[in-house]
Amino acid sequence: MSRYFTKDHEWVEVEGNVGTIGITDYAQAQLGDITYVEAPEVGKVLARGDTAAVVDSVKAAADVYAPVAGTVCAVNAALEGEPELVNTDPELGGWLFRLTMGDPEELTGLMDAAAYADYLTGL
Amino acid sequence: MSAPNAAGWRPTMVAGTPASTAETSSGDRGLALEEALIFELATNATCGVDFDGDDVAPDPALSRFLRGAAPALPGLSEPEAVRHYTRLSRQNYAIDLGPFPLGSCTMKHNPRLNEKIARLPGFADIHPLAPAQTVQGALAVIAELADWLVALTGMAGVAMTPKAGAHGELCGLLCIRAAHEAMQGPGGQNRRLVLVPESAHGTNPATAAFAGYGVESIPAAADGRVDLAALLARLEGEAAAEVAAVMITNPNTCGLFERDMVAISAAAHAAGAYVYCDGANFNAIVGKVRPGDLGIDAMHINLHKTFSTPHGGGGPGSGPVVLSAALVPFAPLPFVARGADGAMTLIEEENAGEHHPHSFGRMAAFHGQMGMFTRALAYILSHGADGLAQVAEDAVLNANYVLRSLEDVLEAPFAAAGPCMHEALFSDNGLGGGFSTLDIAKGLIDEGFHPMTVYFPLVVHGAMLVEPTETESKAGLDRFIASLRSLALRARAGDDSLKSAPHFAPRRRLDETLAARKPRLVWRED
Amino acid sequence: MLDVIGAPSVDALFADVPAGALLSAPIAGLAPHASEMAVERHMKRHASRNLVAGEVPFFLGAGAYRHHIPASVDHLIQRGEFLTAYTPYQPEIAQGTLQVLFEFQTQVARLFGTDIANASMYDGSTACWEAIAMACRVTRRGRAVLSGGLHPHYAGTAATMARFAGDALELLAPELSPEADDAAVIAALDGETACVVVQYPDVFGRIPDLAAIAEAAHARGALLVAVVTDPVMLGLLEAPGALGADIVVGEGQSLGVGLQFGGPYLGLFGCNEKFVRQMPGRLCGETVDADGKRGFVLTLSTREQHIRREKATSNICTNSGLCALAFSIHLSLLGGEGLARMARASHANARALAQALAAIPGVSVLNSAYGEEFTVLLPREARGVVRDLAARGVLGGVALGRLFPGSAGLHHAVVVCTSECTTPQDIAALAEALTEILHGAAA
Repeated sequence: MSRYFTKDHEWVEVEGNVGTIGITDYAQAQLGDITYVEAPEVGKVLARGDTAAVVDSVKAAADVYAPVAGTVCAVNAALEGEPELVNTDPELGGWLFRLTMGDPEELTGLMDAAAYADYLTGL
Repeated sequence: MSAPNAAGWRPTMVAGTPASTAETSSGDRGLALEEALIFELATNATCGVDFDGDDVAPDPALSRFLRGAAPALPGLSEPEAVRHYTRLSRQNYAIDLGPFPLGSCTMKHNPRLNEKIARLPGFADIHPLAPAQTVQGALAVIAELADWLVALTGMAGVAMTPKAGAHGELCGLLCIRAAHEAMQGPGGQNRRLVLVPESAHGTNPATAAFAGYGVESIPAAADGRVDLAALLARLEGEAAAEVAAVMITNPNTCGLFERDMVAISAAAHAAGAYVYCDGANFNAIVGKVRPGDLGIDAMHINLHKTFSTPHGGGGPGSGPVVLSAALVPFAPLPFVARGADGAMTLIEEENAGEHHPHSFGRMAAFHGQMGMFTRALAYILSHGADGLAQVAEDAVLNANYVLRSLEDVLEAPFAAAGPCMHEALFSDNGLGGGFSTLDIAKGLIDEGFHPMTVYFPLVVHGAMLVEPTETESKAGLDRFIASLRSLALRARAGDDSLKSAPHFAPRRRLDETLAARKPRLVWRED
Repeated sequence: MLDVIGAPSVDALFADVPAGALLSAPIAGLAPHASEMAVERHMKRHASRNLVAGEVPFFLGAGAYRHHIPASVDHLIQRGEFLTAYTPYQPEIAQGTLQVLFEFQTQVARLFGTDIANASMYDGSTACWEAIAMACRVTRRGRAVLSGGLHPHYAGTAATMARFAGDALELLAPELSPEADDAAVIAALDGETACVVVQYPDVFGRIPDLAAIAEAAHARGALLVAVVTDPVMLGLLEAPGALGADIVVGEGQSLGVGLQFGGPYLGLFGCNEKFVRQMPGRLCGETVDADGKRGFVLTLSTREQHIRREKATSNICTNSGLCALAFSIHLSLLGGEGLARMARASHANARALAQALAAIPGVSVLNSAYGEEFTVLLPREARGVVRDLAARGVLGGVALGRLFPGSAGLHHAVVVCTSECTTPQDIAALAEALTEILHGAAA
């Protein structure tokens, strides 16, 4: 199991050929109180960089991009009633959706935890 | 001497009485009156209206369509209704109470003559489908207002039907699309993009998308204006052939005149594109500058802004669109034509084939916002050509006075470069102590003013956009400036009480997160 | 002030305007400013050249209705705190407007039989297109079926927008039959249909069977959009939402707003709660303030243009706030029982009118059932008849030839409408004038 990060503040947790995707603690703090998550439909095919989900706060709506290509295989149903999970537990219980990855090689272009931490200090 | 005050009546406050903080049993506090919802006040059996004649059962032929019981809607007697709405009204701030300096929204005094005119039965009580011979005066009002709008803007024609500014934007872009589609061969095809500056109001990209276009953002330059070099580069070469229009706001949302407008228009036209101008800020230049002289092809005019029809708590608006000669043939139905004999004809589906064959169609039922046309025409006639120019001059004078009176305590990002137009832009940079634009805005509420526009335009951090308008006196501006200055100084001094303002309004800060997470959009008994 | 600014003159403040574009004198050819007296005189001259609905026998409807408006409505909407307020973006000092919107949304939802309603749109015709666009978003389909009984201005608005949005509209042909075109609507459904749009009652005054259409639409995965042009009729008829309509839109002008030659009017928009994130327009919601007191705010604004920009559900900015206030006050004065009483009174007058007109040789009533509005068949082209009636000071209905210029089969028909304001004298005046026009002076 390993975790990767994007410059757009998404994280991917990889297990076999399935990637679980969410937004980072930094991203949730920037957005403020999350009020709604528009999840993709299960079965939707996404190219890398496609808009996969939308995370709404009171005064902003942020697109969440697919960090890698794949087919949506699950969404986090808990967020429907409790969108605040993205605020309180962004990198675990507040995950957004899972993808069956098309090309795991794409992960090599992403950052690991240390590189992402460095990236944040540069912002 | 007899007892000086046998009744014990004390006309004046006794010295040393402590300030009252006690709760009241009613929840009201003097003139600060709370008001329940009508659903909590009333039942649906009460009716405040009398009807003539007997109550007759419906036609049996209708029986299978009838509802089982009357709708569950509470009814109020007239005195109850008058009290309910009067009490609610007192929880609103309004331009009638004081300055309402919302940048780009243009809250100015609404002359009451215009209300009187709009309520003349000859305007208020006429049906939109009455035969044209019976509504010649109404059609003449539309034609006369159209003539003024065309003259003031230096354009070729005007579409009067759009219902509001955003609807007018849509009208202008649909004219542009229809014009391109009507062109044969190269020049007309494949124009799928509208270029929109990043400082634009959100309606501009939303409208472009609604009209079926893609949107490409044009960056702002350091001086708050469109990045001319970037825009001109985008309008050159092969890729320019996919651009349908440049959509630009002038004066722009930073309160600045786009100096290079003529060059932008020329470049757009050379590329086969049209220029749409968002006319939200036309009030800054009315009578002084004609957009037609700047190469504009289409521009909506918010009658509720420039021509002071009342905002009514969020509408109705009215958004006629002035058009260049190239776009007039595509304008929507219906419109009014004046015959040689002075008779007014309504051009609609019935007779459009003969008079207006290239129209892109209809955008709404009927003839536009007549109730706003009568008010706007009365406003225009009252001011005249000379008075309208003074509207712009005084609005610009007032905004510059605000700008220069506050730039020492609030950062004014573009002030060094020269005068602003009708609105002064500040940012929350430099307030320090974690104070933001929101705190200043809420502090203004406690000071008895409506806040300025906040967090718009997006190109400035913590934007505060102040539009005083021409109807504030110098004395009124000085009071507003003194309050805003005191708030800026309190923030700089680290006065944390600002962060929980307002303290004296009918409500404290409201929990918008709760409202959005668990939407309660209708009243339910629970 | 110029000293504080540091400018030599007001014109110096316009320094950014290119020299050639700055006018140095008032625009030539336009009149100079005028006194209140002079402006009033001028505008009254225009007003006097219009035939006022309330002063003549009046039978026009077809999307705009003249009902009695209690005097207190116009008094209350002219309170400056309502009239001269802006959109309630600062909720702490806009609770008056916000509570009215919350009450309005609840009233509309209850009237329509929908879960929720928004804070209003421009008018009925634009709300109708917005409903079609929303149905396409919800179903992810791109085809809409429009009943032949839909007001042609509504259908025309939708056709314009669909052409540019790339959606397919199937507009059914209007037919002069006693019953609404329910069977044709159902037959036009297919697996690609996002929605069917049905006016209730339709433009001919007929009443479609919404329950049957809803069932057929839902079986195909399509939504039913019901369009109500006069909400007063919902005092009499079952609510569209209760019959299975998924989205109900309407024109609210008949309650509180008045005729005003077609605008400003009031778009009503209600729907099933599960579609809330796809709704267009402003929404007001209940919440609490920092002291725990109930209060109201504009909410779910991430759907809207000022946040979502090109990804917004609509480009609409304004609602029709003051008209929504007028509607809400009028409906509060009526209450549910009062609205039902008003609808019955309007309907009773329509029956009296139908009886009087059907007694004229060569004249017949099309509808098998109607509320306050129905279609009358004349022995000759109706537009000329309507003009002749107007020349006699009677506003006698809307000729269908004007609404459907392309449908020659409809040109002998006129749609007439009554309200609780209609008097027996009005009805007699129309019957007499129509008899004279069709058959010469009465024997």
